[in-house]
Amino acid sequence: MQRHLISAADLTRDDAVLILDTAEEMARVADRPIKKLPTLRGRTIVNLFFEDSTRTRISFEAAEKRLSADVINFSAKGSSVSKGESLKDTAQTLEAMGVDAVVIRHGASGAPYRLANSGWIDAAVINAGDGTHQHPTQALLDAFTMRRRLVGRDTGLGQDLSGKRITLVGDVLHSRVARSNVDLLHTLGAEVTLVAPPTLLPVGIESWPCEVSYDLDSTLPKSDAVMMLRVQRERMHAAFFPTEREYSRRYGLDGDRMARMPEHAIVMHPGPMVRGMEITAEVADSDRCTVVEQVANGVSIRMAVLYLLLGGNEPAVTHTRTTEEK
Amino acid sequence: MSKILIRGAKVLGGEPQDVLIDGETIAEVGTGLSADGAEVVEADGKVLLPGLVDLHTHLREPGREDSETVLTGTRAAASGGYTAVFAMANTFPVADTAGVVEQVYRLGQEHGYCDVQPIGAVTVGLEGQKLAELGAMHESAAGVTVFSDDGKCVHDAVIMRRALEYVKAFGGVVAQHAQEPRLTEGAQMNEGVVSAELGLGGWPAVAEESIIARDVLLAEHVGSRVHICHLSTAGSVEIVRWAKSRGIDVTAEVTPHHLLLTDELVRSYNPVYKVNPPLRTERDVLALREALADGTIDIVATDHAPHPHEDKDCEWAAAAMGMVGLETALSVVQETMVETGLLDWAGVADRMSFTPARIGQAAGHGRPVSAGEPANLTLVDTAYRGAVDPAGFASRSRNTPYEGRELPGRVTHTWLRGKATLVDGKLT
Amino acid sequence: MDTQENPQQDPQPSDARPVLEAPDIARVLTRIAHEIVERAKGADDVVLLGIPTRGVFLARRLADKLAEITDRKIPVGSLDITMYRDDLRMHPPRALARTEIPGDGIDGRLVVLVDDVLFSGRTIRAALDALNDIGRPRAVQLAVLVDRGHRELPIRADYVGKNLPTSLRETVKVQLAEEDGRDTVLLGAKPAARGAQH
Repeated sequence: MQRHLISAADLTRDDAVLILDTAEEMARVADRPIKKLPTLRGRTIVNLFFEDSTRTRISFEAAEKRLSADVINFSAKGSSVSKGESLKDTAQTLEAMGVDAVVIRHGASGAPYRLANSGWIDAAVINAGDGTHQHPTQALLDAFTMRRRLVGRDTGLGQDLSGKRITLVGDVLHSRVARSNVDLLHTLGAEVTLVAPPTLLPVGIESWPCEVSYDLDSTLPKSDAVMMLRVQRERMHAAFFPTEREYSRRYGLDGDRMARMPEHAIVMHPGPMVRGMEITAEVADSDRCTVVEQVANGVSIRMAVLYLLLGGNEPAVTHTRTTEEK
Repeated sequence: MSKILIRGAKVLGGEPQDVLIDGETIAEVGTGLSADGAEVVEADGKVLLPGLVDLHTHLREPGREDSETVLTGTRAAASGGYTAVFAMANTFPVADTAGVVEQVYRLGQEHGYCDVQPIGAVTVGLEGQKLAELGAMHESAAGVTVFSDDGKCVHDAVIMRRALEYVKAFGGVVAQHAQEPRLTEGAQMNEGVVSAELGLGGWPAVAEESIIARDVLLAEHVGSRVHICHLSTAGSVEIVRWAKSRGIDVTAEVTPHHLLLTDELVRSYNPVYKVNPPLRTERDVLALREALADGTIDIVATDHAPHPHEDKDCEWAAAAMGMVGLETALSVVQETMVETGLLDWAGVADRMSFTPARIGQAAGHGRPVSAGEPANLTLVDTAYRGAVDPAGFASRSRNTPYEGRELPGRVTHTWLRGKATLVDGKLT
Repeated sequence: MDTQENPQQDPQPSDARPVLEAPDIARVLTRIAHEIVERAKGADDVVLLGIPTRGVFLARRLADKLAEITDRKIPVGSLDITMYRDDLRMHPPRALARTEIPGDGIDGRLVVLVDDVLFSGRTIRAALDALNDIGRPRAVQLAVLVDRGHRELPIRADYVGKNLPTSLRETVKVQLAEEDGRDTVLLGAKPAARGAQH
């Protein structure tokens, strides 16, 4: 039985709903005077970050500390050893220190999978983002945010996202958030549409369980949630699009476009936002934008994942890779 | 000199015959040959092939002796049934001068497991900018006739044109590693459904096909011949087929791994499957098999690429590209071509011995199994089936994608000019 | 539910016999409600917290009865103790139940914890820890429907519906209409295969 969380595609519908439900209970801890649970007392978790990501690291750290785990932060970026050596050697060093779980962020797609399956360590591995592959806790917190907003905090318990129409806009090609979200939202019954210029969609996307469109304006009225993906300005130097201005005009979300969305529809962003590029300040600061909620929900989701993977003698999440629909 | 009688061998898969080796040559082929004074090898229905010839081997010496040396590489070759290998030029220093190619050539001769024919670099330092001294390498003791920047593509159209023209003066051939560099920046695996899912940089088929298309047209234009290394896509097959139909003097090779493995294996993120060109799709694999069967692809070449353990025991992006192949090539060809009915053993002899020797002009190799020919022979137990165990490899490296996989066929004996280099599966 | 009990894994003992039926349960809850009013001198500051799953239903029933007696609405909530259990590492993680603290909180109030069966006492130990993270009650009391003995910690109940002497080979199963469709308390024998205490 797997004890890791590597890919959103590994989660069954029931696993995902259990994580979301558990996160709802975890969220209530944040409202208490003492925001701490003794559950992971005596467990050691390492946040192993080969890439800078202060927000994700802090979110995991808050979740780990609220569950009373011992937390070690290890920033391996800039290490002088070659990348290959440092992953294996670092992993084995941590293993020798008796670590129970490794939360890993790595620039190379597949590094967490490799860490979990190479026999280098026994600890549970949680993927905090690998290259352009997966970022499963981000997808879970996004789904959590959608369920709260679109189904309801209490009425959502036990529910998935059946029939919800979710649109992801932007640099899908370089986005682990997009990959994780497509997998998880599909598992949860949502209808996903990706909108991007063709240059920022991967070859082979036709096998993904989603629709693809190049036209944002025609998709907005049919969306319950619109998630804007970050577009790095450097991409235009590699000819993915001509100019920032043209990108914003065709794929950016401004007030006029937001007005074309249904009344109840929300705007999401995994952060950090590039204001003026994919999203205007007007949209980012509006009530419909859930960016700040997503951050808070991230802690609850990560608490839920940590509890379900580490809280007992074996994980509660049954990883069965769902390949049949792909 | 000693005599060896190979009794009851299916020569090129035909009816059992006896083959008598006298000294360095085959003395007689027939039935009921006298064993008088000869050491007898009971072939007992095994298949006898001409010694295999590999037009594409990385022996790593000089420079990366931690992964392979001429000695360990030629022992691996003998173990896999090869009597001649062409050593690629991407060593340290690069084999771009007469001095380096002569060194490699001499090491092969000294060790005596397998003839080593060095390949010379096309451009100085494989940098694609300035032609190396091709003529000097040809005139050296190594007698280089095949030139390649393998590992890198000769991507500049003018340099490629000049190289194709220049080697005509002494009957050389340029072997192109077809990879458009700009289209493959950051490439990690075949671009397609699997790369999209795994988030690994794509190596599109068009990056190979566009260079092959350009180079066959260049070869036609300047009236030269060109060889395409490790062809890997169905589209490349179509281009080569078209070029041949036009009468363009092009030859092409395919590796054993591209005949068997697909990019689905990359889902494991195990870098043992990382290779350049990358593993492609099932459709490509089937097209390559068909092309090898119908002669569009001329030969099988291993692209034996040894790497030390640490270069593969890491995350995918950091891992080196390449697989060892000398010791499993014949088994993979048996599995993919013979047992599928696409080739008979005479066809295997053609694709793995006669034709590669002809393309590379390897004197004394790839000759018929008949009286008066050099005794370069390989005896194969085709009935054998077993799991691949890298621990038993003669190569210094173990980066095989076939570990634990059951494959048919086992080379039991190899003779290099009458001298046994492999007896009962053991190196001499 | 007490830590030593695990009803989800207990097959219904075929020879289980009822020791309390619906009217008995109603009667003992009424008695407990009166005792609470008496000891709490009117139950002005009482907050009832049920321990999921069945303790919550019992707490709500008690609250209704207290309301009848005192003619006031009694705050009632639930306290999930899963995250505070001392046997977490012995089982796969359990799904969490709801912790619902009534609006005015528990600071300075008399919290009455309500559970169905008191056995080892470990559940109540966990509940006391959980309470500690939520606030500072004036006092904490414990009401249980059944006390079956075999305490492993120095914990006792303030209000007991029925003292039920049992052996460790026996199981006590409480069924309530809200969850199980009927009110009853069953005493049965543990299946032989599950002899060891976990």
